[in-house]
Amino acid sequence: MAIEKSTWTTKAGLAQMLKGGVIMDVIDVEQAKIAEDAGAVAVMALERVPADIRKQGGVARMSDPELIVRIKESVTIPVMAKARIGHFVEAQVLEALGIDYIDESEVLTPADNEFHIDKHRYKIPFVNGCKNLGEALRRITEGAAMLRTKGEAGTGDVAVAVFHARTVLGEIRRLQSMSEDELYSAAKNLQAPYELVKQVAQAGRLPVVNFAAGGIATPADAALMMQIGVDGVFVGSGIFKSGNPSVRAKAIVQATTHYQDAHIIAEVSKNLGEAMVGINISSLPQDQLLAGRGW
Amino acid sequence: MIVGILALQGAFREHEEMLTRMGVPCLQVRLPRDLAKVDRLIIPGGESTTIGKLLVMYDLIEPIRQRVLAGMPIWGTCAGAILLSSKIIDGKADQPSLHLMDIDSRRNAFGSQLDSFEADVNVAGLDAPFHTVFIRAPILENPQGACHTIATLPDGRVVAALQGHMLATSFHPELTLDDRIHRLFLSL
Repeated sequence: MAIEKSTWTTKAGLAQMLKGGVIMDVIDVEQAKIAEDAGAVAVMALERVPADIRKQGGVARMSDPELIVRIKESVTIPVMAKARIGHFVEAQVLEALGIDYIDESEVLTPADNEFHIDKHRYKIPFVNGCKNLGEALRRITEGAAMLRTKGEAGTGDVAVAVFHARTVLGEIRRLQSMSEDELYSAAKNLQAPYELVKQVAQAGRLPVVNFAAGGIATPADAALMMQIGVDGVFVGSGIFKSGNPSVRAKAIVQATTHYQDAHIIAEVSKNLGEAMVGINISSLPQDQLLAGRGW
Repeated sequence: MIVGILALQGAFREHEEMLTRMGVPCLQVRLPRDLAKVDRLIIPGGESTTIGKLLVMYDLIEPIRQRVLAGMPIWGTCAGAILLSSKIIDGKADQPSLHLMDIDSRRNAFGSQLDSFEADVNVAGLDAPFHTVFIRAPILENPQGACHTIATLPDGRVVAALQGHMLATSFHPELTLDDRIHRLFLSL
């Protein structure tokens, strides 16, 4: 009997198993355990959450492998970690650590201003960010097995996440109304392969799981993204920069499952303590915006 | 006959799409009141810790147990199989389970995502091998009493078991286009 490891089905399949769930940023073993206890479907192991990367500035890189391994050993749920855009050696290192998913992330300082990682070369699956359908399909072409629409990480302001999720989903709906010859032109405009564009037009959705990320800070934010039409949510600074991380994390997990039930969302939103203070995105200078990174 | 699919988290849409292709009516189950409307229940793949936690929070454990003990057929795939087992090995301490089948489950038994795999496996009662997909999968161990193995890997590790009207598979038939295991479940 032939056993085939690390196939496309197993890579995209793990993301399918994460659907309807919350993936939480954690910076140490204690936070990882709180996240797992709260019902996170996976944790993102990193040294600094985006809010701190913003505050401290400087170059943001892959986290210390020792930290990632310690977090991996402390939980039973999947562990993800971030590599810089285009930094294929950071990706090799993360694969060698035997974690479950790599996020090629604009939250870290990009290592390559032209090329993303050729993700087909890896056994480990990748998740990538996207602002629009063209970017989503280019990442899939490079081998991404999961996507997340980009928000403005570390702000606690959900507006950019909403905008990019609506953009991607709206573009998919427009493709569905196009004739075959219009799809050729659409593929050209999207800068994406025609076959993939045609597949999305026929299915009415992306061929991989798509989460929302960046700026999600409350249960209602998570349910908002789910109702807009994403498959699950990443919460970064929103949990561990809030007054009561454990309670808030549980509430966001419940709101993501019961995203269509306003009574449940109301119930879980009570007495959560202080939300992360946040930064209004419109007050940020252009050079401090992260979501625009990626090509 | 309406098939309920536990939709707390995980690959419930994939089961729904398979059943819809087969022309079988189905319903997503999130709360105890949904359970009253279904005649069978599938617990999909996902994260067993997350699904277990939500089962407890929304008081679903006892209602599901009572329905199954009264004869409602149930099937767990991957995380669902873990939740049906009587003992969870290598899980999180105090991880909730339905404790319905007389078999143990061992979580992440093959390792991390890098050890996820596809393989053709013989399943008792099926005419030809089934192409299986294992994702951070559990294995089943130590079946007792009326619980019996219906599929193993070549090394003997148990990956599917049947106990009367209860079915557990550590792989994901819902990620394939092969509906034979879904038909097997509908025949219980």
